[in-house]
Amino acid sequence: MSHLTDLPTWAAVIVCVLVLLGAAIALIGSIGLLRLPDFYTRLHAPTLATSGGVILICTASMVCFAVLQNRWVFHEVLIIVFVIMTTPVTLMLLGQAALYRDRVEQRRGVPLKQKPLPVQTPEETEE
Amino acid sequence: MRTWFPYPLLSIGLLIIWMLLNQSVAPGTIVMGTILGIALAWVTLKLHPARSHPRRILRTLRFGASVFVDVIRSNIAVVRVILRVGRRAPNSGFLTVDIDIEDENALALLACIMTATPGTAWLEYDRGRKSLLFHVLDMENEEVWIQTVKRYEAGLKEMFG
Repeated sequence: MSHLTDLPTWAAVIVCVLVLLGAAIALIGSIGLLRLPDFYTRLHAPTLATSGGVILICTASMVCFAVLQNRWVFHEVLIIVFVIMTTPVTLMLLGQAALYRDRVEQRRGVPLKQKPLPVQTPEETEE
Repeated sequence: MRTWFPYPLLSIGLLIIWMLLNQSVAPGTIVMGTILGIALAWVTLKLHPARSHPRRILRTLRFGASVFVDVIRSNIAVVRVILRVGRRAPNSGFLTVDIDIEDENALALLACIMTATPGTAWLEYDRGRKSLLFHVLDMENEEVWIQTVKRYEAGLKEMFG
């Protein structure tokens, strides 16, 4: 890691700001996971780390290695794309499982399942 | 054409991913990426994914930009909510909104966008009623959230319509 000292000051400042900001957002997301009162609100906390945190830290990595190696570096974009594409799937699964559990336990404050639309048979529509 | 290249967009996407992973634009990489892209599109054919035809690249780019701005704004909003959670409990709640999108892929994209942005989480979509149940972290103004979802819906309809 000693070659990191080769980084010019302007790039170092940009990378520092991006990494610290991203890390701060990820930390706040984790604090939210710890402190928010119920399951559905906790569902929102990890998305801070996976959207803001990942985007900022990967941008910092792109800038850092592009300057160090003197060429364009883009493959961190794949990390951003895959993290943003895959975490919602897990969160939706968790959210639906929680919704199912709360409906079975008939907890208050949870919206009830809507009844399916009545299927109209031909005889009924004629009447 | 369709028999040889069943999913052209998927093949191009895979080629781009392959080039990014290898970090090169050498002819060998491009040839290998093209072969992989076409071969994997053939494999995907067996999965029978729902076909849709996204059009209007300019609109898609504009939609992507507006989603990006929303992600930044909601990041800041959620950070604020979490930092003051000790003093004031978040005013969270469930909302339902009617969404009239037929395209499976557009629905999947909408679900991903809404769950990936902090502050909103997709919970349940009722296909019969075409109504979506979602959870909002900070319900200062219900109307604003419903407007946001409606805006996404309009954008996706333009893209996939």
